[in-house]
Amino acid sequence: MIEVQNVTKKIGDKVILKNISFNVEEGQFITVLGPNGAGKSTLFKILSLLMKPTSGVIKINGIAVNEGGIALRQKLGVISHNSFLYDSLTARDNLLFYGKMYGVKKLEERVREVIQQVGLELSFYQQVKTFSRGMLQRLAIARCLLNDPEIVLFDEPYTGLDQQAIDILNNVLKTLKQRKRTILMITHNFEEGVELSDRILILNRGELVFDEANLYDLKSLKEIYRKKVGISA
Amino acid sequence: MTFFRKALAIVEKDIKAEFHSKEMLSVMLVFALIMLVIFNFAFDVKKQIVNDIFPGIIWITFFFSGLLGLNRSFFIEKNQDCLLGLMLAPVDRSVIFLGKMLSNFVFLLIIEILTLPLFFIFLNIPVPQKFGFFLIILFFGSLGFVAIGTFLAALAANTRASDILLPVLLFPVLIPVILGSVAATKGVFFNLPFSEWSIWLKILGVYDLLFIVVPLMLFEILLEV
Amino acid sequence: MVKMERGRVWDYFLGPLAYVVLSVAIYMVFVVAPEEKMMGVVQKIFYFHVSAAWVAFLAFFVVFVGSIMFLIKRDYFWDGISLASAEIGVVFTTIVITTGPIWAKTVWNAWWTWDPKLTTAIIMWFIYLAYVVLRLAAGEEEKTARFAAIFGIIGFLDVPLVFAAGRWWQKTFHPIVFNNPSGGLDPAMKPAFFISLFAFTILYIYLLVKSTRINLMQRELNRLKDMVKEKIYG
Repeated sequence: MIEVQNVTKKIGDKVILKNISFNVEEGQFITVLGPNGAGKSTLFKILSLLMKPTSGVIKINGIAVNEGGIALRQKLGVISHNSFLYDSLTARDNLLFYGKMYGVKKLEERVREVIQQVGLELSFYQQVKTFSRGMLQRLAIARCLLNDPEIVLFDEPYTGLDQQAIDILNNVLKTLKQRKRTILMITHNFEEGVELSDRILILNRGELVFDEANLYDLKSLKEIYRKKVGISA
Repeated sequence: MTFFRKALAIVEKDIKAEFHSKEMLSVMLVFALIMLVIFNFAFDVKKQIVNDIFPGIIWITFFFSGLLGLNRSFFIEKNQDCLLGLMLAPVDRSVIFLGKMLSNFVFLLIIEILTLPLFFIFLNIPVPQKFGFFLIILFFGSLGFVAIGTFLAALAANTRASDILLPVLLFPVLIPVILGSVAATKGVFFNLPFSEWSIWLKILGVYDLLFIVVPLMLFEILLEV
Repeated sequence: MVKMERGRVWDYFLGPLAYVVLSVAIYMVFVVAPEEKMMGVVQKIFYFHVSAAWVAFLAFFVVFVGSIMFLIKRDYFWDGISLASAEIGVVFTTIVITTGPIWAKTVWNAWWTWDPKLTTAIIMWFIYLAYVVLRLAAGEEEKTARFAAIFGIIGFLDVPLVFAAGRWWQKTFHPIVFNNPSGGLDPAMKPAFFISLFAFTILYIYLLVKSTRINLMQRELNRLKDMVKEKIYG
């Protein structure tokens, strides 16, 4: 599904990622953990096709990213701590706009579908600036689901969420997992989402220091993290 | 064709957002009007000189209030990281440039159409015989302004000094458009024969073409992360 | 580093060469070349004014080329050259727009004429000052180099249009034709003129080599500082 082969990223003379390799199989849920400055967000940018690696290859469904071009973005969905939503637009107009950018078919119906999935029907015609943080995140999830992505990338999705929004996000993760979507989550937060994942990767100083199936409970996972990274979670 | 459809989707989005908030257009409009009043007093505009300085006055007003719009244009994209959202979508970077440029063009034209009658009224300017020509100049002058303006606004918005940097970057590069628009407008209002000022339309045309094509090519590099 | 050391040979050669040719140029201009009948001694400014203008234009062309090369190769050597050349270009443009008025005041009794060449010079001055300001404001090193390169391309493409617009502006609104001194250059003045042109060019190359090296060393120094910081603070 996603193959990352010997990816190295240098910015100027600084090596941000050192020779990273891992595969993500279809329907797998992977969590990438790591402290600040470990290269998590660079890895996220490379996987979301925003940034080209200095060397190494990334393949999605067997197609190398630099050959697949922008069409590959069609298969990707991204949920970040920023919502990517326009304040002055209504929920509906936001979704319609992004739907057009992704070339979604039967757009009006699809928009209604995703807004029901996140339970925001009643705020369909309201401007996004009136939304609470939780509602915003729900709409961001709806936005991400518009093009029915095969791969969903989460970048620190729990940052700044209240408990209700966290529950919704967890539900979305579960649903995506049931529907065999490939999920890759980048986070430094152990409390949420981690127990759902099939596999754990730990990044430290640009290197992949841990890559194993998630057979651990939270406590032993934290212990591993402390050993590998040198600081406690 | 999807290229233009998606660019137009960006324009539609910008117009809808502006229709809801009305922040940008109202500020641009009020600014243009206060400029009109300021010019009137600053130059103590009398009948004898008004014809000479009128073309300069309207273009300075349009470009300055256009500058406010340009600064705003990428501000709304940076809020909530929307620009990143656009960059993640399966569209070419040049679509984003074209869309933003066209919506800035629409906003500038709206301001021009709304304020122009007031200029004629308050400065007592007779409407020129060849008003159609003037509209053509308005079109090409404004297009050149938003083409390079949108590009440099995107550049400035990604620096630390975002909004104060734009005028310093923009106006030197804009000199040919400023000279061209003002000179051609003088040609129309002084009722000079077309052959005497048509060269300015050519200069504007070349400028517009150059500074639409080059930014389209460079926008991908500008938006690298 | 090897490239740097090898380049140093040029310094030892270019510095003295610049000194010698500039001295010859000054001698030629003030001693050998005849005094112009109409304008008198002030005409001597012409040799330096035009040479400075040539160097300024050359310098900005080098910024243009360096910018394109940086965007293709992403090698900071090209960024170093572009920055050096832009700064030198601004200095020489400053010479152009200060010597211009001194000459104009004596010859046409006006400090400033919006002659298309002077207009282009002063607009170039603003464009490349903006280039320097942009570099200060951009942020991280990579972004600074990338944005500067983009602006270096845009700015240079604008120059011919500025010149064309300046020329037509003068033709339309100030149709007084100043007799152009460079057109009717007396054959006896030509050696002095070409030698100053040559001397200024050598001076430019010398400054470019030096300044580029300083920029690259500055970069190296910053990199080392970052490494030290990382070692200390982890």
